[in-house]
Amino acid sequence: MFGNILIWFVIVPILMMAGLGVCRNSSMNAIRTVMVVGSTVLMGLAIWLCCDFLRLREMGVDDEMLFTGSWMWYAPLNIHLAVGVDGISVLMLLLSAVIVFAGTFASWKINPLPKNFFLWFALLSTGVFGFFISIDIFTMFMFYEVALIPMYLLIGVWGTGRKEYSAMKLTLMLMGGSAFLMLGLLGIYWHSAPEGMEKTWNILEIAANNSVDPSWQNLLFCCTFVGFGVLGAMFPFHTWSPDGHACAPTAVSMLHAGVLMKLGGYGCFRIAIYLLPQAANELAWIFIVLTGISIVYGAFSACVQTDLKYINAYSSVSHCGMVLFAILMLNTTAMTGAILQMLSHGLMTALFFALIGMIYGRTHTRDIRQMGGLMKIMPYLGVCYMIAGFASLGLPGLSGFVAEMTIFFGSFQDADFFHRAFVIAATCSIVITAVYILRVVGKLLLGPVYDEHHLALTDATWFERLSTVTLILCIAGIGCFPNWINETIQFSFGPIVNAIQNAI
Amino acid sequence: MDYSQFGAMIPELIILGIFLVVFLCDTFSKDGSSKKFLTPLTTVLFGLGTIAIWLVPACGNEVFGGMYVNDTATNALKAILCVGVFIVFLQSAKWVESDEVAIRKGEFYELLLVTLFGMFLMVSARHFLLFIIGLEAASLPLAAMVAFNKNHYESHEAAIKYILTACFSSAILLFGLSLVYAFSGGSLYFNDIAVALYSGNINGLLICAIAFVLAGIGFKLSLVPFHLWTADVYQGAPTAVTAYLSVISKGAAAVAFFIIFVQCFGALYSEVWEWMLYAVIILTITVGNLFAIRQKNMKRFMAFSSISQAGYIMLGAMAADSLGLASMFFYIFVYVVSNLGVFSVISMIENKTGKIGMDDYNGLHKTNPWLSFAMTLAMFSLAGIPPFAGFFSKILIFTSVTGSNSMALYMLVLIALINTIISLYYYLLVVKAMWISGDEPVIENFRSDCSERLALGLCVAGIIFFGLVPYIYQYCFDAVSNSALASMLSITIG
Repeated sequence: MFGNILIWFVIVPILMMAGLGVCRNSSMNAIRTVMVVGSTVLMGLAIWLCCDFLRLREMGVDDEMLFTGSWMWYAPLNIHLAVGVDGISVLMLLLSAVIVFAGTFASWKINPLPKNFFLWFALLSTGVFGFFISIDIFTMFMFYEVALIPMYLLIGVWGTGRKEYSAMKLTLMLMGGSAFLMLGLLGIYWHSAPEGMEKTWNILEIAANNSVDPSWQNLLFCCTFVGFGVLGAMFPFHTWSPDGHACAPTAVSMLHAGVLMKLGGYGCFRIAIYLLPQAANELAWIFIVLTGISIVYGAFSACVQTDLKYINAYSSVSHCGMVLFAILMLNTTAMTGAILQMLSHGLMTALFFALIGMIYGRTHTRDIRQMGGLMKIMPYLGVCYMIAGFASLGLPGLSGFVAEMTIFFGSFQDADFFHRAFVIAATCSIVITAVYILRVVGKLLLGPVYDEHHLALTDATWFERLSTVTLILCIAGIGCFPNWINETIQFSFGPIVNAIQNAI
Repeated sequence: MDYSQFGAMIPELIILGIFLVVFLCDTFSKDGSSKKFLTPLTTVLFGLGTIAIWLVPACGNEVFGGMYVNDTATNALKAILCVGVFIVFLQSAKWVESDEVAIRKGEFYELLLVTLFGMFLMVSARHFLLFIIGLEAASLPLAAMVAFNKNHYESHEAAIKYILTACFSSAILLFGLSLVYAFSGGSLYFNDIAVALYSGNINGLLICAIAFVLAGIGFKLSLVPFHLWTADVYQGAPTAVTAYLSVISKGAAAVAFFIIFVQCFGALYSEVWEWMLYAVIILTITVGNLFAIRQKNMKRFMAFSSISQAGYIMLGAMAADSLGLASMFFYIFVYVVSNLGVFSVISMIENKTGKIGMDDYNGLHKTNPWLSFAMTLAMFSLAGIPPFAGFFSKILIFTSVTGSNSMALYMLVLIALINTIISLYYYLLVVKAMWISGDEPVIENFRSDCSERLALGLCVAGIIFFGLVPYIYQYCFDAVSNSALASMLSITIG
């Protein structure tokens, strides 16, 4: 069991938690050491996995999932701890590792109770990594919930503003989504094999059996898609997102917007569409409408907000809506775009939230009306913010451009009026994005200094620079060399697109 | 008479033996300091007894003409209940030494052991006469236990409420059984009744009989609408008794319910009691949850929480197959450790400071970090949050209910799932009080008693390990599928 590299993505965070458990709250250095060592090891693991994966693909191994392993867990219900990755999961693991790494440095001076903070933070990352390595829907769901619940304490204890309200709202809404999700998963399990055969939770086996009754597929599809869609901030279930993100501490916003919301997109893709292809064909239009609204509505909402975190949270609604929108187009190009968008959005939102946290830590306000001319005072942070902004509005050379281009290219392939109309509406969001990003950049960074107290503020420290540079390098990396990602995920869509074709 | 038949009753004999030892020691020792040994003696003996019940294989023979069966399934349940009682003994060790109770502590142990004996008979009985004897033995001494805080009028009030409802529900149950007796052609054996009901017609009187039996056992389980006594009794009773009442007696009654309804009335499953139980479960889960939201007293809070948990336990009876029973056993085990974990913390704080309100827990993490950590885990487990055991028990019981792929049962599970969100809300209120609310902690830092810490430690270990390690579930599943009951289940339903 321990010979499988994927298991270590879960073991390392657990070891981190054990290490933190023996630290004292007062010994900040010990806590930081554990976190830095742990997150570096995770990043190393992710990079190694990625290289190994590409090497195997180059050697011509074209199995759907690599590094698979399966160990019996609850035998009476055939529950396994089954792991395996394809190109998409490899990239998601890499993204999570990068953000955990950056998040550790972004919360370098967390106060109070640093030990407890990192304990829950590590539990959160256990859930995230576990989710992406699982190919058994039971363990997948378990890790999904493991990732949700630490959020309550992380926001409630270490957050700012209306933290109690936001923490409760976020937890209950996400858990409400997972209630529907659970129902969907139960339905999939009990229909996972033909009558009389042993039922299974394994994604690959369910997809191979393809025995979910067509009359059940629609219900199960709605349950699972809504369940994951809540986490993907799909309209009208997005309302937890602005409040939650605005009140969360920096590292938690980063991890939540950067990785956790991707769980939603990944889940829709891997479970709702892959396992229930017939319903996906039939019902995609409902969710295309909803995600189309998310995209435009999120962008418009971001235009009128004055709190930096709210702006970014609504922009996340818009960008994550784009992910689900592209997935629902059910063709390879659009789905590739969706994966690119997940990576791109994860990195740039994490960067945004890290920078907002750093600026807030200095100015003690997030209201853009009370700040101005920060570029003169903290040029490093200002430049980083601009880069994040340009990535967000899709400047070529950065990750956002690649992702959005691919999505709109792919989405436009469907020639009927309905799809075209929605794609055109969604494309308009690029313009709206430019409006709110440039508005913030102009107000916040340029122009005269609004408050002379701000003149005494200092620029980024070394750990803040480390955190931001990591993220910027990744954003530029994707923007300049997107082919590398295409190669990684090229085999991942085949089975899903085939399943959809066969279902028609 | 063949006395070797008693050999089949190993769990009961163990409890009886411990009872006799405790009783004799209590009677023949002087009051005061010489009674000091009573608590360790009982706890150690009971611990050994628990291990014996876990390890000694059940013979599975029917004895006394089929009135009594101790097969692997009932034995597994008894072992689970014994673990719970052992934890209750540990966490009450401090309380029984308090001035008010110390001279009567022998009685506490004796009464508790008698009720446990009664519960064992309840689950092993295959004849309604023996079942009623077990039920009465399990409920009447409990009234004395509820009244154990002699100097508090709430305790007396609770005891009166308890005894009145217990008698009333027994009367209803007996009336229902007398009607069943009429239909079965003059037999009270479960098997005879099952056979008679198969061939007989369903009429209004029979439905009435089933409803009466459901109501009678529903009182013990505090299913809505038979739950009205619960909150007052839980609040008034000493905390150790509340803990005992909320987990052990509920677990035993739930399994007895399952056995009676599935084995005896299995023929009427789809026509008669499936829909009754369906409605009762929805009511129980929802009403329990909605009332728990407003509670400020921790014991009342736990009372409503345990009402809704009883609804989840009864989902296993909806499944009505061996998977359902195994999931029910596992749910009971997890509920035992989680709920007793909460009660350990409540009783520690109550013993030290006398505080019992939820607001008193404000800022607890500053003064007692480990205590609030344990409480948080127990709350998460009750709410069904992974990776704690409560998640697994909930999901497994949901899985077993949906096994027949009927849309109605899926809807039931959906309602139960939505209710877990409501329950998560109020469990988080406690977590919020401990970690988030309040600048000034109300409760000072204190060191709790060694045995109390051991009890809490066992609960926390159970919460963390027995979800991730499927040992207990596998044990329950094997026990149920190897039992005589399992073969019966596949015949009666379907």
